Amino acid sequence: MRNRRFLVVGLLVTLLIAGVGSYYASSHPDGLEFVAEKTGFLDSAEDSAAADSPFADYGTAGVEDERLGGGIAGVVGVLLVLGLGTGLFLVLRRRGPEGGAEASEESADEPADAGRA
Amino acid sequence: MHVPDAFLDAPTSVATGAVAAAGVAVALRKARTELDDRTAPMAGLVAAFVFAGQMMNFPVGAGTSGHLLGGALAAVLVGPWTAALCVSVVLLVQALFMADGGLTALGTNITLMALVGVFVGYGVFRLAMLVLPQRVGSVPVAAAIGAFASVPAAATVFTLLFAVGGTADIDTGTVLTAMLGWHTVIGLGEAAITGLVVGAVVASRPDLVHGARGVRAAQPLLVTPEAAR
Repeated sequence: MRNRRFLVVGLLVTLLIAGVGSYYASSHPDGLEFVAEKTGFLDSAEDSAAADSPFADYGTAGVEDERLGGGIAGVVGVLLVLGLGTGLFLVLRRRGPEGGAEASEESADEPADAGRA
Repeated sequence: MHVPDAFLDAPTSVATGAVAAAGVAVALRKARTELDDRTAPMAGLVAAFVFAGQMMNFPVGAGTSGHLLGGALAAVLVGPWTAALCVSVVLLVQALFMADGGLTALGTNITLMALVGVFVGYGVFRLAMLVLPQRVGSVPVAAAIGAFASVPAAATVFTLLFAVGGTADIDTGTVLTAMLGWHTVIGLGEAAITGLVVGAVVASRPDLVHGARGVRAAQPLLVTPEAAR
């Protein structure tokens, strides 16, 4: 089941980047923030209404350890985007014979994949 | 490149909100043509990967950093309309849960990264594919070129918005020079990451790469001409 394996490997890589790799990312301001500071308009920014979110600024409320807190926030973010995105794209996709290359009906997804695995 | 709240005034934010809403509405309709049973889960994964990629800030010197925008990457992998939705979902989650990019600036950020980033990236990718040799190996190269162009393009559009509706009174030329300079360097990182990731997917599953379809379709048509009728 190469399709499934591709997705699983891709998701593992994604989770590793967000959950572990991100700790090693540069903590310098990004291009826009840097330019805003240098040219003098950084102070015009206001805190987001989402600033009290438990995962604000890619940390996790109540978790002191930066590596762990950042990792949790990264994994939560990946899963939220994956869930929202996949759900949206499954709803939008063309169904039926003219849809996929395998021309499989939607009901064929899960059971057929499991059967062939 | 996430714009925080209050960099831009309310009328400008409302205007970019309208642009973003219109763009997402069109993308919701057009993405249907790009999505099927096989590509829909792939598109969800691409969105998640863009989120992860945006966390990996890379240093670009002088105490500043850049990160993947991912518009060109997503467009080449799953098609431009789906890519616009991928990046919009990423920006929505970032704004709501990570406080990365303002809530009132969500329309601005979708306009810059999900619309300008995606469509400039994809347009330049398509142009590059016209010039490059018609083989699958050209796809990552063209993707990197599109990715490179997408970053200064988004930076330029931000500067235009700032010139019209910036809350701070700063000389537009100064902001444009600084934005373009840094985002050209950041674009090199965007190009490198996009080229590598598209290259890896093309090497393992070229059939899943939207931007490789035209290249692949040419050969079967030559073998079985009756299929074209």
